[in-house]
This record gives sequence, C-alpha cells and structure tokens, in this order.
Amino acid sequence: MSKKANIVEKEQVVIRFSGDSGDGMQLTGMQFSNTSALFGNDVSTFPDYPAEIRAPQGTVGGVSGFQLHFGSSEINTPGDYADVLVAMNPAALKANIEWVKKGGTIIVNIDAFTDKNIARAGYDSDPIQENKRDYNFIEAPISELTKECLANLELDQKSVMRTRNMFALGMVYWLFDRPLTYTEKFFETKFHKVPLVVEANKRVLHAGYNFAETIEALPINYKVSPAKIQPGTFRNISGNTATAWGLIAAAEKAGLELFCGSYPITPATEILQELAARKDMGVKTFQAEDEIAGICTAIGAAFAGDLACTTTSGPGLALKTEASGLAVMTELPLVIVNVQRGGPSTGLPTKTEQSDLMQALHGRSGEAPLVVIAASTPSNCFDYAFQAAKIALEHMTPVILLTDGFLANGTEPWRLPRMENLPVIKVPLANPNDTNYLPYLRDKETHVRKWAIPGTPGLEHRIGGLEKMDVTGTVSYVPKNHQVMTNHRENKINKVADFIPELEIIGDPDAKLLVIGWGGTYGHIYSAVKEIRKEKKKIAFVHFNYMWPLPKNTTTLLSKYKNILVCELNLGQLADHLKVNVHGFDCEKFNKLQGQPFTVEELKEKFNQLLGEK
Amino acid sequence: MAQDIIKLTAKDFKSDQEIRWCPGCGDHAVLNSIQKAMADLEIPKEKIAVISGIGCSSRFPYYMSTYGFHTIHGRASAIASGVKVANPDLSVWQITGDGDAMAIGGNHFIHVIRRNVDLNLILFNNEIYGLTKGQYSPTSQFGAVTKTSPFGTVEYPFQPGELVIGAQGKFFARTIDMNVKLSVDIFIEAAKHKGTSVVEVLQNCVIYNDGAHAALSDKEEKDNRTIVLKHGEPMVFGKDRDKGIALEGLKLKVVSLTDGKYTEKDLLVHDAYEPNPGVHLMLANMKYPEYPVALGVIRKVDTPTYDESVTKQIKTVQKSAKHKNMNDVLYSGNTWTIE
Repeated sequence: MSKKANIVEKEQVVIRFSGDSGDGMQLTGMQFSNTSALFGNDVSTFPDYPAEIRAPQGTVGGVSGFQLHFGSSEINTPGDYADVLVAMNPAALKANIEWVKKGGTIIVNIDAFTDKNIARAGYDSDPIQENKRDYNFIEAPISELTKECLANLELDQKSVMRTRNMFALGMVYWLFDRPLTYTEKFFETKFHKVPLVVEANKRVLHAGYNFAETIEALPINYKVSPAKIQPGTFRNISGNTATAWGLIAAAEKAGLELFCGSYPITPATEILQELAARKDMGVKTFQAEDEIAGICTAIGAAFAGDLACTTTSGPGLALKTEASGLAVMTELPLVIVNVQRGGPSTGLPTKTEQSDLMQALHGRSGEAPLVVIAASTPSNCFDYAFQAAKIALEHMTPVILLTDGFLANGTEPWRLPRMENLPVIKVPLANPNDTNYLPYLRDKETHVRKWAIPGTPGLEHRIGGLEKMDVTGTVSYVPKNHQVMTNHRENKINKVADFIPELEIIGDPDAKLLVIGWGGTYGHIYSAVKEIRKEKKKIAFVHFNYMWPLPKNTTTLLSKYKNILVCELNLGQLADHLKVNVHGFDCEKFNKLQGQPFTVEELKEKFNQLLGEK
Repeated sequence: MAQDIIKLTAKDFKSDQEIRWCPGCGDHAVLNSIQKAMADLEIPKEKIAVISGIGCSSRFPYYMSTYGFHTIHGRASAIASGVKVANPDLSVWQITGDGDAMAIGGNHFIHVIRRNVDLNLILFNNEIYGLTKGQYSPTSQFGAVTKTSPFGTVEYPFQPGELVIGAQGKFFARTIDMNVKLSVDIFIEAAKHKGTSVVEVLQNCVIYNDGAHAALSDKEEKDNRTIVLKHGEPMVFGKDRDKGIALEGLKLKVVSLTDGKYTEKDLLVHDAYEPNPGVHLMLANMKYPEYPVALGVIRKVDTPTYDESVTKQIKTVQKSAKHKNMNDVLYSGNTWTIE
C-alpha cells in the first residue's frame, strides 16, 4: 500500500502537534499515541497548554501543544526534541521550532501563513523561507483541502474548520504507516448521535492520509516497529487519573468508603473530576467553598470513618497548612495530594516544578511530622496514591503525596494490576468490645493509636487540637506530657521507615558519579543515565520516592559516593533535605526552573561534564 | 440490647471532665439544656457527634460523653459537614460562637447553610471575644468599647438571622441562655429538623460583656421586650399579653391590644413553614427597644438535605452501573493485551 521509497527504521520518534488552543491538538495527539500504543509501541506523552482557555487566536501565548514519544524500545520521557512538528499556524511554528531537531520535518498548514498571521505571531518575514535550509517543510493547504473535501456535506463553516486537525493527523498516520481504524472507531463511538460529524472527521482523516501519499513530499519515511513489552493488559493513563484510581483502589482494599474534599485548582482538578465521576465506586466528593474547607471536610470524614483525601496544588497546600497540623495532632488518617506547579504564589499554574518539597516536609506550625512520598511516572501515581492511603491508614497519620504538572498531564501505557495482587491494608480499628477504649493508647512497636469510628457503642471519645494526655487523650497542659506526646508523634513517623522499601542503585554501583533525583524527574534522569552507559561510561543513579521518613539505607548508600549530583526542578530542596538528615552529605546541584521538565540532552551534558568529558 | 431500652437522662451525657467555664457564664446553662434535649430525643450516645471550633463555647465537646471533636478556629462547619457526609447516621451538633462562625469561619458558615447539610448548629452569641479576653466580635454593637476598640467600634454588626436567611437557611431559631425550658424545646425542634438548623443562643459573657442581653433577660420586663414565636399562633406578647405584631404596609408594627384599635385578629399569625423568607427576615431583625426581640423557631422549611442527596445520587448511579468493583474500572474502555 505504501509508496514510500526511502524507509528508515527508527527506534524512537518524537512528534509534536501544535496550534491554537482551540485547534484540538490535545485530541489529535492522544489519537496518535493511542493508535501507536495499540500498535505495540511504548509511548510517553506530555501536553503543553496555556493557562488561558482561549488565548487570542494566532498569538504565541495561545499556542497549545502536545508532544509524544514512541518507539520500539523502552520509552521513559515524552522526548526532548521533535522529529516531526505539526504547526497549524505561524504562532505555533514560532513557539515550537526551537524544539525541532535540525533536519526534522515540519508540516505546516500553509493556508494559515498569511501576512497578517505571520505578523501576528511576531515574525518580520516569512518564517518558512527563513528556516528552509535547516528543516524539511511540508506545506499543506490543510484549511483549503478540508473545505473542499466536505463541500457536499451540509455542515456549517465552524464545524468544517474544526475537523482540520484530522487532516494533519491523517498525514502523520501515513508518514508512520499507522492504521486509521482506532481513530475512526473513536469518532463512531463519541459522536454516534451525530453521524454527520463522524462522517466529516473520517473523510478529512482519509483526505489527509491520501494527500500525504499522493504528494510524496516526504523524503524520508519512518518505520517504528512494536516494542518488546512485558505481556499483560495495558491502557494509557495520565498521572491524575492514576492518582484518583489509586485512592479508590486503596478504599476498596481497606473496606472503607472514599471521601474527597477538594477545591478546583490547576493542575490537580482532574483528580477531583475523576473521583466525582466514580459514583459507581461509591466515591463521595465534596467540592468545598475553599481549600481550607476541602481539607477540613476530609478531616471530618476521617474522624467519622472514611478513607479521606484532599487534592490540591502548591498555593492550596499553603492554605491547608493549619488543618494539616490538626490532622497530625489528632492522628487521623488523611491523604493530601499536592500536584506541584511553578511557584511561588499563582506562579505558573499549567507548568511543572518540584518546589513544594520543603513546604510538604515542614509547612506546619509546631513540631508536626508527617509522611511525604512522591510519585515518579504518570502510571505509578496509582501505586503511590495507593501507598499513601495504606500508610495513612496503617500508621494513623496524614500523608502528603507529591506529584507534579508533568506527571499529572503526561500519559503512558500502563500494565494493569489486578486488585487481588495489591497489598493488603490493615486498618487499626479499635475493638468494638473494648470496655475501656483509650484513644491515645499506642501499639508498642509502631506507636500507632486505634481508630474508633463514631456510631460504635461504647467507644465514645473526644479528640481535638489541644495537647492531650498520653494514653487517655484528655486535654493536658502538663509540661512533661507535651514532651512525651511530641516524641510519640515523631517516633510514630520515624517508624514508617520500617515499612517502606530501601533505595536501590540503578546503573553501575561502582561508578565514581552518583546522580540523585526524586519524583517526576525519574524518566528524564533515567534516560540520560541509560544513554551515558550506552557510551560505555559508568554512572550510578538513585531515585527517591519516599521523602520522609527517608529509606533506612539512605546514609549507608549515599556515603559510598564522593561525587554526587542532585538534579531537581527547584533550587536544591532535596539537596538541602539530605544535608540535614544524612551525616557528612555533600553534593553538587543541577537545578532548573523554567516550568519545563529536564531535557535528557541537558542532563547528559551535565553528567558528562562531571565525568570529565565534554 | 439492654442499652437501647434504658432511657438515658441528661446526666448520662456528661463527661468526667471538669468544666472550666467561668462561674456564672451562660455556657453552663446551654450545656445543661443540650444534655436535657439529647435525653428527651432518645438518640443513643454513640450516634451523637459534637463538633466545635475555637472559643470559650468550643470547649463544649469535652464536657459531653458522646463522640466529640474540638477542631480549629472557624472550621467547625466544614469538619462537621465531612462528618455528616461520611457517616449520615450520626446526629451531628456543631458548637460555635459569634467570632468562630461569623468572623474567621464566615465562609464555611454561609456555605454549610447554603448546602443544607443536616446538622444542628448552635451559635453562642455573646457579642465579644471571650477566650482572648475581650475584643469586639462581628456581632458587637456599633460603638462598643472593648480592648481593641477603646474609643468604640466603627463597624456595623451582623445579625445572625439575617445572614442565615441570606445564605438560604431553612431553619433559624433564637433562644436565651437563662431560659432553659425554651432552649430545650428549641434544641429538640432543631434536632428533629432535617437540614442545617441554626440556633442563635443569646449568651452572657459574665467577664467581658456582662449584661449584653440583660434587657431581654430582666425578670420583670423580659415578656415586654421579647416575643416567643409559635407556629400557627398570633403574635401576641407582653407581660399582660397586651401587645402584638401586625403588618403595616411592608413593615412590622408593634400594636396595643388595649386601645381599641386592634384585636388579635389583626395580628400576624406565625407561619414558620412559609418558604418565602420575607416575614421571617423581618422577625429575625426585630431589635429592642423598637420591637420585641423574637425568640423561638422563626423559620423551619423542609428541603432535601445535602447528605441525603449525596447518598441518593450514589445509590442511583450504582443501581445501573456497569462497573461493580475496581477491577472492572481498571479493565474498562480502551485497553489492549500483549501476549
């Protein structure tokens, strides 16, 4: 079927779709990534969209992008630089051309490259002419051909123009020899009530595919074979959906109902939305009047016997500060999800960052230790959300789960677990037959108190934010008792270290250089380490998911290395955290604050520099 | 079981904790009234959760033998909402003060009322900050001289009833700490009402605002200065039942029943169940000395509650849901298998 003359087998390819925020680029990107995943490729995606829903059309500020990376080998990041860019207008070209590999292919909707639009994007002259030497431009009259191909359908102009993205998608499908069936089925299901829309999208998709085939304007065609993937059943999942599902799974496993008190905030909102949609699983969601009420309703639900959670992003976590102290004081189970974004203040709501680590660890009044854990890939947000709930329940403590904008919106194929294979959650419920329930009597080993659910006869008790007497829980201002209780709260959290996995070295344990990361930077650091090792250089890598308490072997393991580089999307918060908690720890820091993930390229450059090679 | 049959008395609701309110504080009387009401309601102790914020009155849960939670300043409405939604079988009581509910907790206060979460919100209004030793509150009268207003306040006070009705409140009642009998009756009505029942208790702070409500509790004159509203009854008041409330134009008017111009037939008949809040608002806003202050249940309108709607919605969705457990959800939709 293919007339492709010059087929190049590629291990991996990066594609970026870009256009106005109303151009449907997110949908287009998801279609390509799902099709590729079904084809058997490993895939990683990342949307890059403006904070404004519809920023002025044709301006660089209004450009919405979707990048995906797929391949026949393991894919750990959405990729640094694109092999193929689709630019629906000059602004999209301007915003993204620096992210295209030299010699890469750029498909442009030439109809949108009018003098007016070019000027609007801030170009002085025709950008295609200017960049022709460095890139392979395919100038496709996408608007014109879309109109033509739908001329005899009774569709209004606006709806016609809305299908343009399918023309671009069709072209890219041809370029990588992908079947159109998945996308066709998608439209048939989604718009089964409006057959005209289904027909229009399918027609335009085919038109794009055929156009690409006819013009043979593509000098190089790529073939990306299926990846060798561990057998199993898969689905594409974003970090936010995975987080929501991990919490529901934990509730089911613990035999509790799930309650989420939350206030919408970018980029965490989808967790609340997904939970709200899961009434079938019995999830109770409470869209509160503010962030404070979000956590407070959750604390009330925890007191009343639900698995309770609240979801937020940096500024929201700041508002939850006082209430999280109440959860520490009353020793109630609570999961606080913080999807980090660029800060401080409103900062960069739609962009990623890791600058809330210190806030999570220390952002409360008084001595208020709690557990902090961090997810590191979109799909393992499920595992760490589950783990956060498990620790919260089993250790009767609030747990802050840190994810970030990159994990939250990024997607990847996920090998699905079965519920029966997930770990058991043992809820420390008070014995209903206890005739002398003491709310602050602790387990000797774990220091965990028992949870008595209101409604249980005979276990009536009072808790509160005031310091309480050891064991009995009555209000106490006894000086020595405050010391005892403070120590109990600290020891209880320290004990969690006995229940979490130890750190593991990735790469060469005997390497001179140890690279350290945490949370959402895993994929990029891991890819850079892998590539360095491919070049026959030795490098060791350790990634933290448990931020507090630290894994038990942290000191032993880190003390083996003299040259350590801590890579973070902040000014060095983990580096500082390790300096305080690991005796003799010293390190170099590699930090980035641009609202974007690391690139594998820049990490490699830094690693090579430290390895003594330029 | 035996404990279901034994009738509890007010004493059974007392905890073993020493009560630390000042001698003579109005809170003592309110505590007794609520314990009496709970005994009369015959709700088992384990089904009661008392949630408070911060302030003198918020120590309340410690003095009860039920489940209790003394939380943080202003947030009791939110925490109580979470308790009720998580565990709808509980009878949830929120204890709060004028500062806790209407200053720091104003946002949660109006929203719990708007949602109509089924809880009993007992608002102790002493028009002063007591626990912090005497600063003005959002209900302190204009010009009140306090520690933070040594030259008098220059702000206008909230009328709790007006705020409740403005937030679409469905139940509002008012009582006075000294009147235990009236308080018990009102607390019972509040508990029986499904939805957010707000009871404003005019409470005396003996140390920092003594006598704030003295005009209304004065033994000789109280019947001339207050009116106890009863649903279905004409609005008669006065020691000698010689006065009444009538509607004149769009305003309420105090009329005499002895000067021959008005009879009982001309008076307003209290309709607490009327959904239109117009008259309720006027009644709630009556101020002495122009009017008698209204006590009793001013407004009581039945509307579905938030918590029952949440439960109902979940049940409805689950009835026709494709997915019965998390395995179903995980493996639903677009999945693919690699062998």
